[in-house]
Amino acid sequence: MKNLAQNIADVPRSVAFRPATILVPWLACLAVALGVHHYLPMIVDEYWVNVFRRMGVFVMAAVSLNVVNGFAGQFSMGHAGFMAIGAYVAAGFSYYGSLYFRGEANVDDFMIQGTLLMLVGIVAGAFAAAGAGYLVGLPSLRLRGDYLAIVTLGFGEIIRVTLELTGKQVYDAKAFQDAPLSTLATLPFNGSTGFERVLPYANLFWVWLFVGVVCVVAYRIKNSSAGRAFLSIREDEIAARSMGIDLTKYKVRAFVLAAFLGGVAGAIYAHTGVNPSPTDAGFQRSFDIIIFVVLGGLGSLSGTAIAATLLTGLSEVLRGPESIVNSPAGVWSLAGIALALAVGSALLKAVGNRGWRVLAVASVAPVLLVCFAYLAQWLATAWGVKLSDYRMILYALLLILVMLLRPNGLLGVREVWELFGPEKPARRPGAVGPGKEPAP
Amino acid sequence: MATFFDTLIATIALGSLYALVALGYTLVYGVLKFINFAHSDIFVLGAWTSFTSAVAVTTLLDTQGVPPWWVGALVLMLAVLVCATTGYLIERLAYRPLRKAPRLNVLITAIGVSLLLQNVGQLPGYPVVRDNVPPAAATADASAPAAQGQTLATLPFGPTPRSMPQLLPNAVLNDSAVASGTITAGSGRGQVRLDQPIEILPDRQYALVVTRTVDGEPRTTTFRLVGIEGGRIEAGTDIGTQPRRDPIDFENATYRLVLSPVVALRLIDVLIVVSSIALMIVLQYVVFHTRLGSAMRALSFNTETAALMGINVNRVISITFVMGTALAAAAAFLYTQKYTSLSQPASAVWVLLGLKAFVAAVVGGIGNVRGAVLGGFLIAGLELFGSTYSEVLITAAGGSSGIGTALRDIYVFGLLILVLLVRPAGILGTVTREKV
Amino acid sequence: MSDQPPVILSVRDVSVRYGAIRAINNVSFDVRQGQILTLIGANGAGKTTTLRAISGMVRASGQVRFKDQPITGVRPDLLVRRGLCHCPEGRGIFANMTVQENLDLGAFTRTDADEVEKDKARVFELFPRIKERLKQNAGTLSGGEQQMLAIGRALLARPVLLLMDEPSLGLAPQLVQTIFRIIREINQAGVSILLVEQNAHMALRVAHHAVVLETGSVRMSGPAADLAASDEVRKAYLGHG
Repeated sequence: MKNLAQNIADVPRSVAFRPATILVPWLACLAVALGVHHYLPMIVDEYWVNVFRRMGVFVMAAVSLNVVNGFAGQFSMGHAGFMAIGAYVAAGFSYYGSLYFRGEANVDDFMIQGTLLMLVGIVAGAFAAAGAGYLVGLPSLRLRGDYLAIVTLGFGEIIRVTLELTGKQVYDAKAFQDAPLSTLATLPFNGSTGFERVLPYANLFWVWLFVGVVCVVAYRIKNSSAGRAFLSIREDEIAARSMGIDLTKYKVRAFVLAAFLGGVAGAIYAHTGVNPSPTDAGFQRSFDIIIFVVLGGLGSLSGTAIAATLLTGLSEVLRGPESIVNSPAGVWSLAGIALALAVGSALLKAVGNRGWRVLAVASVAPVLLVCFAYLAQWLATAWGVKLSDYRMILYALLLILVMLLRPNGLLGVREVWELFGPEKPARRPGAVGPGKEPAP
Repeated sequence: MATFFDTLIATIALGSLYALVALGYTLVYGVLKFINFAHSDIFVLGAWTSFTSAVAVTTLLDTQGVPPWWVGALVLMLAVLVCATTGYLIERLAYRPLRKAPRLNVLITAIGVSLLLQNVGQLPGYPVVRDNVPPAAATADASAPAAQGQTLATLPFGPTPRSMPQLLPNAVLNDSAVASGTITAGSGRGQVRLDQPIEILPDRQYALVVTRTVDGEPRTTTFRLVGIEGGRIEAGTDIGTQPRRDPIDFENATYRLVLSPVVALRLIDVLIVVSSIALMIVLQYVVFHTRLGSAMRALSFNTETAALMGINVNRVISITFVMGTALAAAAAFLYTQKYTSLSQPASAVWVLLGLKAFVAAVVGGIGNVRGAVLGGFLIAGLELFGSTYSEVLITAAGGSSGIGTALRDIYVFGLLILVLLVRPAGILGTVTREKV
Repeated sequence: MSDQPPVILSVRDVSVRYGAIRAINNVSFDVRQGQILTLIGANGAGKTTTLRAISGMVRASGQVRFKDQPITGVRPDLLVRRGLCHCPEGRGIFANMTVQENLDLGAFTRTDADEVEKDKARVFELFPRIKERLKQNAGTLSGGEQQMLAIGRALLARPVLLLMDEPSLGLAPQLVQTIFRIIREINQAGVSILLVEQNAHMALRVAHHAVVLETGSVRMSGPAADLAASDEVRKAYLGHG
C-alpha cells in the first residue's frame, strides 16, 4: 500500500478550469453507454443482456460502497438498505407517476415519459438514500470498527422490516388519481410481497450511462480534498484530527455520498425488470456487495468494478454453464479477449511498460471463465453436482484468503491504470506482484 | 394476565439462550478484541449437528427402550464436540494469522468465515448411514430417506428445513389430573368414550393422557379435548378429541384427564433456565477464580505483558474459543428442544438470532460476563414483550395482524443503536474495562 | 579476567528490523551471573528493542544464549519458565485486576505453592506498601506503587535473570533512590539483572558492567566504573561538562 503522504503528493493540485478535463469523462461515459447499448445485443442473447444490466447495478453498488468502506475506512454493512431506499423511491415515482399521468402502468407508448419519470425517481431516490445515510452517519462519530459495522447492519435490517410493513400496492389508476396524496401516505409498496409491475425502463444504455456517472463521481471524490481527508481518517483518525481534519464532517459526508450513489444504484436496479422487495435491503445483499469491495480493493474503484464484473459473470457461468459451452460465439469472443490482452501484454513488455503484468494476469480471466463453464457443465452432467451450489463457498474462501494474503484487497487503494507506466528501477519492489489480479 | 405470564416464561427461556450465545461473543471479544461474526453460525452448526446426530444416533444405535434424554445427552455431546472442534480450527486457521492485523481485516475475515459456514451448511446431506431399520426419531422427519427404510440413508444437513425430534422431556409441569380410568371406546379418530362421568370447567383446556401397552411396553399419547363445554359429561358419551394422523385402537387403554393450566410451564423451559444458569455460574467461577481465568483476564488487558508472565497466549485464546463455541453448542441444542422446527442453515432467521445474541452482549457491555447475561434477558424481554403487546395494541386499534410481531427486530436494533449512542461501552461496561 | 563469574546471557550480533528500518544493528554483550549489566543510551537508541529481542517479543536475527542454550525465537512464556523474566517498560501491571491477582500472575508458571508463599513474604518485606493494598485494584495504585508491584511480581517468577526496562521512568527522585536500592538488594540475593535506563547516573552506580547504545549499535562497553569515568560518557549521558 502506498502511504498517505505519497497519496497526497500524487494528487494533482491544479484547480484551474479546464473544460477538456471536466467534459471528457462525461463524454466517455456517454460513448461507452451508447456503445454497450448498441453493440452488446449483437453479440450476446437476451439472457446475457440482462446479465449485463445486473452487472452494471452491482458495479455501481460496489463502487458506491467503496466510498465509505474503502476511502473512509468506516465499515458499513447496511449498504443494501440505502440501495433499497433508492429503489423504492424511484420505483414509486415511475410506477405511481405513470398510474397518475397515463392511467396505466403497463404500457408501451409511455416509454419516453416513463423514462423521464425514472430519471426524476433516480434523483429523488438518491437524495432519499442520502438522507438515510446522514442518519446512519451520525452514530459513526461515536463508534468505530466492529460496533459501527453492527449498527449499520442493524439499520439495514430496520429498513428491511419497515419495507415489509408498507401498505398494499394500488393497481387501480382511477382510485389513485382520485386521491394520490393520501394513497401515497400509506406507503403503498406492497409489504413483503415486493413492489410489482415496475417497468424496466433502465435498458443497457441507462444502466451503463449511470455506471459511468457513478464511477466518475466516485473517482472525483477520491481525488478531491474530501477524498484525501477520507483516506487520512481511514489510516489514522487521531493523526487526521491532529492535521485539522474535521472528523464529524467527513465521516458523515462519506456516509452521505456513499448512500447517495448507492441510492442511484438501487434506483436503476428497480428498473431492470425485477420486483424490488424487502429482501433486497437485507444483510445478505449487503454482504454480496462487501465481497466485491474487499476482493477488488478497499479504496480502489477500478478494482471493485472489475471484481463486481468478474464475480457476477462467474456466478452466471456457474449457474448456467450451457449458455457459454453451447455458444461457440461466446467461447470465441472470450478467447479473442484473452488473446488481445495477451498480445497487449507482450507489446507492453516489449516497450518496457510495467503494465504488462496486469494484462498478462487479466488475459487469464476469460480463459478461466471458459474453463469454469466447461467444468461446471461436466460436473452437472457426469456427477449431477451443481457447481453454483458451491459459489458462495468459493467467495467466502476467497474473502478469507485475500484477508490473509493481501489485507487491502487485490488492488489496495490503487487504480488499475496506476499499474501501468515505465518500468521502475529494479531495486524498488515493483508495485504489482504478478498473479494478484482478481482472477475468478 | 395469561399473556403476560406466557410472555414472561418465554422471555426467561429465550433470554437464557441469548445469554449463553452472548457469553461466547463476550469471551472471544475479551481475549481477542474483535467480534466473532461467525459465532452465530457456530450456533447454527450446533443446532443442525444436534439434528443430524439425533437422526444418526437413532438410526445407527438400537435406542429401543433407552430413555430419550440419554439420546439427548449423547446428541448434546456430539454437538459440543463438533462445534468446539470447528471453533478451534477457525481460530487456528483464520484468526491466528491475523493476530497483529488491523481490526477491520479480522472483521472481514470473520464475515468470510461466517459465509463459509453458512454455505457449507447449505450443501445437500452426506450419504453415509447404512441401515435399514426405520428409526424412531427419523419418523419425525418424513422427508429423510432414512425414514423410508432405505439401505443407504442421507445424514440430513442441508437446504431443507427440518423438524427436530423431542429428546428432552417437554411435559407441562403445572397441570393437574382430575380423573382417571379406562377408555371404553375410541381409536384416535377424534372421539373417545370414558368409563365414568367427568366434570368440565368452562373456558379451560383439558388434555387426555392415554397409556396403552404395545409389545409389553407402555406407550403414552396426549390428546387435547375439543368441542366441549362446561358441565358434566356422562360416562359412555362421545367426547371430541384432536384427531390423530394414524389412528390406533385405544379401547381398554388407561387414561388420565388433565386440566391444562392457563399458563403452561413446561419442563423444557425449566431445564433450559437451570442448565443455562448452571453454565453461567461455572463460567463465572472459571473466569474469576481459576488460573485459566486470571490468564484470560490478563490477556484481555494486555497480551504482551500476559506473555511475559509465562502465559501461553495462543493456548489460552484457543481454550477461550473452545469454551465459547461449546456454550453456543449447548445453547443450540437446548434451542432445538424448545423450538423444534429448524430453518435451513443460511436462513436469515438464524443470522438474526445470532445477531440478537450479539446485540445482547453489546448492550450488556461486551467483554463483561454479567453484562452478557443481563443483555440476554433484556433483549429477549424487549423482543417478546414488545412484539406481543404491540401486536395486541395494533390489532385492538384495528390494524392488520402481524405488524406487531414484525416490529421485534426494529425494537432490538433500535435499542442497540440507542445504547451505543448513549453508553457506547454497554450498560455494565465500565471505563476501567473490567473485561474477561 | 579468569576470576569473572560465568556468562549467563550472551547476546551476539543481534539485529532487529521494523520494515525497512533497522532498530538495532549487530548488538553484542554478555551478562555474567550475579552481576548487573546496564544498557544506557538516548531515546531511540534501541535499548527497549534489545530487551524485546532477548525475551522473544520481536523477531531478531543473530544469536542469544541463555544458560548456554540458544533462545533466539523462543516464545516469551517459555523463557519465563526457564528463569528469564522481563519487567516491561511502563510497568505493565494489569489495571483491571487486584494487586493480589497481579502478584499471583507473577507466579503463574510455578506449582510450588509453599515456596510461592515464602517468596511473597519476601516481596512484602521489600515493599511493605504492596501488602497494604492487596485487595485494591492495581489501576488505583500510584506510579511508584505500580513500579514496586511490577518488580515484586517479576520476582515471584523466581527469575535467574531479570530484564528491567526503565524502572525509574516517571518516578519522583526519592522513589528513584528507593527503586535502585531495591535493585541492588535483588541482585545481592543472587539474581542477575539486565537493566535498561535513561538515568545513566544511577544506573552506572549500581551496575557492574555497562553498555552504551547509540542509534542501534554498541558504542562502548566495559566495567561500569570505567565508563562512568570516561569523558565521553560524562559529556553525553551524565551531563557533566
